[in-house]
Amino acid sequence: MSLKSNLHNLKEKYKGTKMAPAFNALHTFLYLPNETTHGGTHIKVADDLKRTMNTVIMSLIPCLIFGMFNAGYQHYLALGEISQATGFFDSVFWSWDNLVIGLWKVLPLVIVSYGVGLAIEFVFAVIKGHEVEEGYLVTGMLVPLIVPVDTPLWMLAVAVAFGVVIGKEVFGGTGMNILNPALTIRAFLFFAYPTWMSGDKVWVHGAVARDKAIAAGENLDAISGETILGSLAQGKEITYSVWDMFTGLIPGSVGETSAVLILLGGLFLIFTKIGSWRIMLSSVLGALAMGLIFNGVVDAGWIGEGSKFYGLMSTEFWHHLLIGGFAFGTVFMATDPVTASQTNKGKWIYGFLIGFISILIRVFNPAYPEGVMLAILLMNVFAPTIDHYVVQGNVKRRMKRLKAKTA
Amino acid sequence: MSNDIKIKKGLNINLKGDAEKTTENAIISNYCTIRPEDFHSIIPKLVAKEGTKVKAGETVFYNKDAEDMKFVSPVSGEVVEVARGERRRIMAIKIQADKEQTYVDFGKFNLDAADADKVKAHLLASGCWPFIKQRPYDVIANPNKSPKAIFVSGYASAPLAADYDYVLQGKEAEMQAAIIALGKLTEGQVHVSVGKNSNSPLAGLSGITLHKVSGPHPSGNVGTQINKIDPINKGEVVWTINPQDLVVIGELLLTGKFNAERIVALVGSSVKKPRYFKTKIGSEIATMVYDNGVDKDGNDRIISGNVLSGKQIKPDGALDYYSNTVTVIPEGDDYEFFGWNKPVFNKISTSRAMTFSWLNPKKKYDLNTNTNGEHRAFVVTGSYEEVFPLDIYPMQILKACMYQDLDEMEALGMYEVAPEDFALTEFICVSKQPHQKIIRQGLDLMLKEIG
Repeated sequence: MSLKSNLHNLKEKYKGTKMAPAFNALHTFLYLPNETTHGGTHIKVADDLKRTMNTVIMSLIPCLIFGMFNAGYQHYLALGEISQATGFFDSVFWSWDNLVIGLWKVLPLVIVSYGVGLAIEFVFAVIKGHEVEEGYLVTGMLVPLIVPVDTPLWMLAVAVAFGVVIGKEVFGGTGMNILNPALTIRAFLFFAYPTWMSGDKVWVHGAVARDKAIAAGENLDAISGETILGSLAQGKEITYSVWDMFTGLIPGSVGETSAVLILLGGLFLIFTKIGSWRIMLSSVLGALAMGLIFNGVVDAGWIGEGSKFYGLMSTEFWHHLLIGGFAFGTVFMATDPVTASQTNKGKWIYGFLIGFISILIRVFNPAYPEGVMLAILLMNVFAPTIDHYVVQGNVKRRMKRLKAKTA
Repeated sequence: MSNDIKIKKGLNINLKGDAEKTTENAIISNYCTIRPEDFHSIIPKLVAKEGTKVKAGETVFYNKDAEDMKFVSPVSGEVVEVARGERRRIMAIKIQADKEQTYVDFGKFNLDAADADKVKAHLLASGCWPFIKQRPYDVIANPNKSPKAIFVSGYASAPLAADYDYVLQGKEAEMQAAIIALGKLTEGQVHVSVGKNSNSPLAGLSGITLHKVSGPHPSGNVGTQINKIDPINKGEVVWTINPQDLVVIGELLLTGKFNAERIVALVGSSVKKPRYFKTKIGSEIATMVYDNGVDKDGNDRIISGNVLSGKQIKPDGALDYYSNTVTVIPEGDDYEFFGWNKPVFNKISTSRAMTFSWLNPKKKYDLNTNTNGEHRAFVVTGSYEEVFPLDIYPMQILKACMYQDLDEMEALGMYEVAPEDFALTEFICVSKQPHQKIIRQGLDLMLKEIG
């Protein structure tokens, strides 16, 4: 008996039982099911939700791998054990030592994220008797990429549980949720454990531990790993070049730093038609627009160097695209089809406002100098409203046609 | 006068097994089966009980809600079986055909002298009325409502569909008679569409408004054409009719005989030599299919109609009342190892997610009936709009049907659509939602609640 027929027999055995969804989830992971069409079209396209989600995951892999190396690189750089890498391809960056730290710190995040999230998905599927939907495959990959590398695993587990249950399952699961689940998880972490999500100690592995050691009286140098946004918000000098920002050799959340790899992932998503180019493009335009407005304000002399907003406002408008989590959020989070606008026209408005508000929050929020998370969550809430008005345009056209006829 | 309709949104599904342009006479079928389910929403009242002898054109049953509307036998013979389902619903009426066919003589119809009422009464009595369908609701036309226009699509863009230019050859006289008769039933125009570069016999008819259609499927769907030519508003009714049924109506008017003969394309990748057959409505499929190159032990699906909106029929089933295509494709009831993530070269896809049909848009595919994935909630957005040329939001209207909000369904354009308009969106649906079924149920709900 082959594996195929063995699994088929098992499937028949589980059919109708409570455990069927759990078994099917594993089975369909190995084999495309033997289901045939009935009632409607007799043929179907090759794509299914698994393939769609898998494409997003593939586009995230470069960011994940880069994030692992960067975790080690930032760690050793802060310790002073290595010198600054001279470029993206410098062997100082792509070293085994860096990767080992990355594997050691990042893989557990991935495992906890998937383990907790999928476990909850399976439990809900079994209780409610529906199939395990694939939405969490992407969420589970996004979550470790948007948290600081030293995030304690138990915090992540609590946040994932919160995000999956409150952010998604209570609405009915994949396809029904209002807020992006990955961002719900991050927002939970941010508001529940703010000290672990911002400041200058969390972005580099070892910084927090070192701080504690110093506090305990050990004679060591503190490790500082301020993000560029953090520095700008406090009006400090930036020591990184634009090229560093673009390639990603900077501190930040695990997978968000490399604008070039995010750009690659974004282009891949657009090419495969999985990600919406409308949202990505309009979001970039929105951010540039807001950046230009702030630059204009500074140029007009309305804001002096003494202002606490000066640092971020005077940042060249296009640098905003490279720093912080903006690029990652735009490409991978704003484009989540379930929580974004669903009409093409709506996507333009939705994306533009995300970019616009991201930079606005970034500049004016003193406590937390990144706005893309809150901007996307805010627009998630407004996406149905945007769609409503776009669809009403179509309805009105129909009404007008009727009126012209009867008049 | 000719108006061009150019469709940009859509998708041509190129399949293997296109019919070669030769016609054979199919072996005369011993049995003829009429299934009331072909006539959606009609409640049949049986006239010809088991054992009754009928002529071709004689009433078998009529519409319970409109007694004038007769449904007639396509052949002469004896009613041998009335198959009933749950609650004694009539599922099928099986007629054993005579060797020598006899016809009811309805008499040659004087077209010039007839007014609308006379035409209507004649078509209702002779069993030709069911060929006329109406929108809204995509059901047999209500004879008491006059349509604002009548639409005939002479352009078949569905995958492997029979080519109207070919099957209608030499039928100009019949179609002209039918057009004249139908023209009397509407105050508006009779819109006829043909392919842009076709030499359709329909193009030469008088009394029509001709439209030349180009672009990918669903450009040939009559619903697409209505939406582009003269969209339906609330309270309005349009009628649609297949060009091949015009021939049946025309022949009845000219000769007084209900002749159910029809040229049918036998197509699909499981057919060894796909071509056309002359047969009759309700004929058994088996002789035609198995004697002409479909493997009898093969694991195939036989479809009366095209692969997108046809009906699955059993090997001992019969040709649908409205279809002019029989498609046979392989069943896909097998597992595929890592089928969800490995690169795909032999299936069609509108995305490029490791699917490579975009590399070669002209390639012909051998698709089977596998769903290529499981049923899911709506997730992906924006893909339906790429293949949906109607000025309607497809996902929004589908959702409105699912939560049965009548006001919203109406506002979003439910009066304008038929299930077949959603065949392409169903085909490309990543969540494998049954779009046509959702729309059908939505229409039925509206028919029941609003009427």
